[in-house]
Amino acid sequence: MSINRRKFFKAIGVTGMTVIGFTSSASPGSKDEDTEFHGVLYDSSICIGCQACEKACAKAHDLPVPEDELQAGVLRKTSEVQRCVVNSYETSQGEVYVRNQCMHCNEPACASACLTQAMYKTKEGPVIWREDKCMGCRYCMISCPFDVPKFDYNSINPKIQKCDMCYDRIVQGEKPVCVETCGDALFFGTRRELIAEARKRIAEWPEMYVDKIYGEAVAGGTGYLYLAPVPHTELGFNKQLQNSSYPSLTKSFLYSVPSVFVLVPTLLLGIHEATKSKQNKNENHD
Amino acid sequence: MTSPAYPVTNEKQNQSIWKFIFSELKPRGKWLTPFNVISIPIILAGLVLMVIRFTHGLGAVSNVTQEVPWGLWKGFNVVTGVAFAGGAYVLTFIVYILKVEKYHSIIRVTVLNGFLAYLFYAGALVLDLGKPWNIFNPLIGNSFGASSVLFLVAWHFVLYIFAQLIEFSPAIAEWLGTRRAHKILSGLTLGAVIFGITLSTLHQSGLGALFLMAKEKIHPLWYSEFIPLLFLISSVFAGLSMVILEGSISQKVFSNQLTDKNRQERKNIVHSLSKICAFGMFAYFFMHILVFVHGQHYDLLTTPMGYWYLLEMIGFVLVPMILYFYSYRNTNILLTKIAAVITILGIILNRLNVSIIAFRWDAATHYVPSWMEIVVSISIILIQIWIFRWVINRMPVLGNSPSWAKHN
Repeated sequence: MSINRRKFFKAIGVTGMTVIGFTSSASPGSKDEDTEFHGVLYDSSICIGCQACEKACAKAHDLPVPEDELQAGVLRKTSEVQRCVVNSYETSQGEVYVRNQCMHCNEPACASACLTQAMYKTKEGPVIWREDKCMGCRYCMISCPFDVPKFDYNSINPKIQKCDMCYDRIVQGEKPVCVETCGDALFFGTRRELIAEARKRIAEWPEMYVDKIYGEAVAGGTGYLYLAPVPHTELGFNKQLQNSSYPSLTKSFLYSVPSVFVLVPTLLLGIHEATKSKQNKNENHD
Repeated sequence: MTSPAYPVTNEKQNQSIWKFIFSELKPRGKWLTPFNVISIPIILAGLVLMVIRFTHGLGAVSNVTQEVPWGLWKGFNVVTGVAFAGGAYVLTFIVYILKVEKYHSIIRVTVLNGFLAYLFYAGALVLDLGKPWNIFNPLIGNSFGASSVLFLVAWHFVLYIFAQLIEFSPAIAEWLGTRRAHKILSGLTLGAVIFGITLSTLHQSGLGALFLMAKEKIHPLWYSEFIPLLFLISSVFAGLSMVILEGSISQKVFSNQLTDKNRQERKNIVHSLSKICAFGMFAYFFMHILVFVHGQHYDLLTTPMGYWYLLEMIGFVLVPMILYFYSYRNTNILLTKIAAVITILGIILNRLNVSIIAFRWDAATHYVPSWMEIVVSISIILIQIWIFRWVINRMPVLGNSPSWAKHN
């Protein structure tokens, strides 16, 4: 039933949009076919939890260098002063480290939520935050399924803090600071290369990995991809997240808007005219 | 035809119009009423807290967290408040589109309420924004986030405020005594009404659609793809319940403005509104049952959140619905008012559930509003009531229009 409804809205919505010339409300996911998003492959099986990436990240972005040590069972979180964290989990395979930061979704919920395009999916792949456009409404925080954007509540000119995959460096052809700092656990490339690399690692050392690349499908695919020696559910990942993209959840609503704008006023005017003529008749009879 | 007949008086009025407005700005009547005694200190405290909010940041006043970024100001003043302003679009539909003339006498006060409500929700929003100086970015410039539900809501918000201002403007023209403006503005009413109803259906549902992407963050008993529809349906009886409650209070407070004929008329209106509310709530309740059965979360009903859900559905939807039906059958105005109060509480509960209470219900730290947030929330509403009272006491809203303004 819902598919029919959606199809119906899509058909009507597209018609309506061409009528009003409202084509700009197309979803942010509709990119050119030849665009190659860049991303980072994180390999839990190699990561030793040295936190060098955390420190390099903090230095590169003028943030306080994190001092707290990793401890299994203690969940550290990204915050308004920390863009990435490494956490330690006690698993069936012993202690495993996991790095958390913005996932740089292919179709980011935050960017589709942002009413000023302050959250923006660049054609290179990183999802960046543009301060001059942001209103500080925090709708990106409501929408992000990974709870990534962090807001500085104690500032009178607050910033949204999140990993931007060192976008400035990427446009200059350099790697992100964390990848530059890390030995082998972080690997930078186009998303296509990363998936090929991850598959190769799983095939070559099957005893080291579970046969799954986290991020390949979740939330419609993400720029950060994860390899791990244990199922990802043991590593603090939210297992309820859907595999289709999050902006698609609001698509049917947004597509219905143009049709509502055409149909409702017409209907109202029609009813108005209908009731008017009836009234006039009554008056004449009186 | 009217203006050439009174050219001299018109000019006179134009000359003294600023003097007139200035004299109207002065307060009237007694100062030491119980309402003033209670509201003035709260408003002053609220204003101080607003200053602190802008000089020390949002965190100095508000308890919002990284997990629950929208607190009381958005969840209560904006999301809940808009539902209560829904009476304006429902009544303009009934009066101007369906031409049910018996509701005409309450249309102005309802539109005024809606207009002020929207204005003050916009105010609450500015308080809550981290960078309020960028508030015009989605409206001007090249920053159109057209794929955002919030973009839609923001635009509709602004346009609807203007539509409501136009709908109300004949009253302002009557107050100022500008006949030509009155004629022009009255002619705009129908257009504003049609535009306003369309905008309302879209942004009442749009406020629900805001939460569509928070699929895993909202408790499954409250999240469904039908949130927009549920928000739209509930705005009908939320708005009308507010009309009933506000009407019964205004009737006491501003009784000097009402004639006996008005009073009798108002009783009839409340009586028939209770029927609309009852049927609206029936549709809403039925829709909720469908969504619940469709969601297959029977097991969740026996959890604490399940009890909370049942309390909302039975105590604040089913019970007031039955009360509305019963009060209509027995023409019991008191019961209608009780039903209206319970419905209003139920809508507050529902909107807070979706936006705050069931939002990240599983988070480690729960958001509980600080006393300062509550004071600011209340003072925003109190300022709104002050302005409402100021307008009611000066413009022909509750009482009859001056004789020259009678159309037909």
